[in-house]
Amino acid sequence: MLDTQLRPARARPLWVAGALAVLAASMVAGLLGGAAGISPWQVVLQALDWLPFVEIDSGLAPIEKGLLYELRLPRVLVAAVVGGLLAMAGAGYQGVFRNPLADPYLLGAAAGAGLTTTLVIVMVPAPVLTIPVAAFVGAIGGVMLAFALGNTAGRSGGTATLVLAGVAVTSFLTAIQTFVQQFKVEELQRIYSWILGDVGGGWDQLWLVLPYAAVSSVALLVHGRMLDVLSVGDDEATALGVRASRVRLAVLLAASLATAAAVAVSGLIGFVGIVVPHVVRRLAGGSYRIVLPLSLIGGAAFLVLADLLARTVIAPAELPIGVVTMFIGAPFFVAVLRMTRRTST
Amino acid sequence: MIGVSGLSVTLGEREVLSDVTLQVRRGEWLAVIGPNGAGKSTLLKAVMGIVGHRGEVSIDERPAASLKPRARARLVAYAPQTPALPPDMTVSEYALLGRTPYIPYLGRESRHDREVTASVLDRLDLSSFAARRLGELSGGERQRVVLARALAQQAPVLLLDEPTTALDLGHQQQVLELVDRLRLADGLTVVSTLHDLTVAGQYADTLLLLAEGRAAAHGKPVQVLTGALIGKHFDAHVKIEPGPDGRPVVHLIRGGP
Repeated sequence: MLDTQLRPARARPLWVAGALAVLAASMVAGLLGGAAGISPWQVVLQALDWLPFVEIDSGLAPIEKGLLYELRLPRVLVAAVVGGLLAMAGAGYQGVFRNPLADPYLLGAAAGAGLTTTLVIVMVPAPVLTIPVAAFVGAIGGVMLAFALGNTAGRSGGTATLVLAGVAVTSFLTAIQTFVQQFKVEELQRIYSWILGDVGGGWDQLWLVLPYAAVSSVALLVHGRMLDVLSVGDDEATALGVRASRVRLAVLLAASLATAAAVAVSGLIGFVGIVVPHVVRRLAGGSYRIVLPLSLIGGAAFLVLADLLARTVIAPAELPIGVVTMFIGAPFFVAVLRMTRRTST
Repeated sequence: MIGVSGLSVTLGEREVLSDVTLQVRRGEWLAVIGPNGAGKSTLLKAVMGIVGHRGEVSIDERPAASLKPRARARLVAYAPQTPALPPDMTVSEYALLGRTPYIPYLGRESRHDREVTASVLDRLDLSSFAARRLGELSGGERQRVVLARALAQQAPVLLLDEPTTALDLGHQQQVLELVDRLRLADGLTVVSTLHDLTVAGQYADTLLLLAEGRAAAHGKPVQVLTGALIGKHFDAHVKIEPGPDGRPVVHLIRGGP
């Protein structure tokens, strides 16, 4: 009897299956994307046809196939990868800082990427793939700066100093970024549209981000149990034989890499990193062995849907995806909090 | 089992412990008593290796400094005064954390780890709580769950920092009786801080009275719980009487200093 209850925490197969089903449905919806004359079933068939070694006739016209393959598919995939990365990185940051309000941009990744991207937009005439590279470098640079400051400013190993260093780095880099953009007011719109997020970069950007996404996801997922140990605090983790500062460093590196990869191809999409882990925690359980994998899947589904809304609500114009994540994310978040209020205190 | 010699701890500018020397025999229960801020918790933390210190600490005849964190955690388990209890974690998940010193860094709990934890929960009458979330527990239940995690560590030494804070009389007794039973059954060595002097005198074999970071007295309860020592170091007016089993009982006298 007890043995069945004493399983270590893990995401229940039912939850994983459910989350994957939601992700698959949202991807089909994302591929469909409001286009007239294509049925969801045809999209499913077409999606299967794209898989290696599978040949299925979806009955779509070549131009429709081209539209799906060249525009919709990479867009849906980038949204899924970015959403998954941000949600999982958010969960990682929350575990390290033992604060449910920590988000992937806490340590200066956003401000760093914002600065380098603004510099590129302002100074380089026709940047194509330079923006993602600049954003990636900027995000990593921002986090490293916060680390360097946090380690010199106070007692090493503490998280409070690190958060303060992140705040300082964010303010400082944002100040420079604002200063730079004032010199090129004509580029303001491009800068802002980058900041508000966009997942329409195409296949190139997907390939660019994929290796970092894979490495950081694996590195984060294997740390689930260690983050549970950290959740009882540094002293007790030490008493359990764990070097807390080492775990923190490993998780922060992986989460920052994930954030940088996401920021590189999508700009600064807010809220995903906080709201998705929270919802998972409320619905499926608090252990990081549950929160990390389900955030990956849930974040992917969430951002695919947000992107779908972004390009259909005021079609043919597009809303910035960051606006959508906050606009639908906030009420949804409140609804989940209210719904589950009874079960936790 | 535990040897401490010349132990000093400085936190910030303040020397919290100075030159404390102490031996705890295998199977002994040592209670650390003393007024607020005397350095009781710090002493436990220094033995656990959580705070930096000068002087020597040895555990099971081995210098603690030479032990790797995992090896140390297999010898000494620690329950802090205010443990962090993640409200969404279940009792069994929390108790399983006690097996961490036996699990590889990125590994997972073995069957043996689960069995050990299950039997600990069973011994502490927590089996029916296994699936409960920590946020739903009462004070007494929490204290038992923290104890369960420490026992799942299967360490021969148990460091308990104020295990009875915030518990009512009955629950205090339950927890202390439990610790005492486990100590006798498994031959555990227990070092605990206790703020209630009578309770400390009832349960511990030996008392260490800390005052301003120094060992003011060390010995059997009758030797340490004296009106003179308590009056001097606690600045309290008390009357001491032998209890039914001869151990001293400390009474507070109204209209003290």
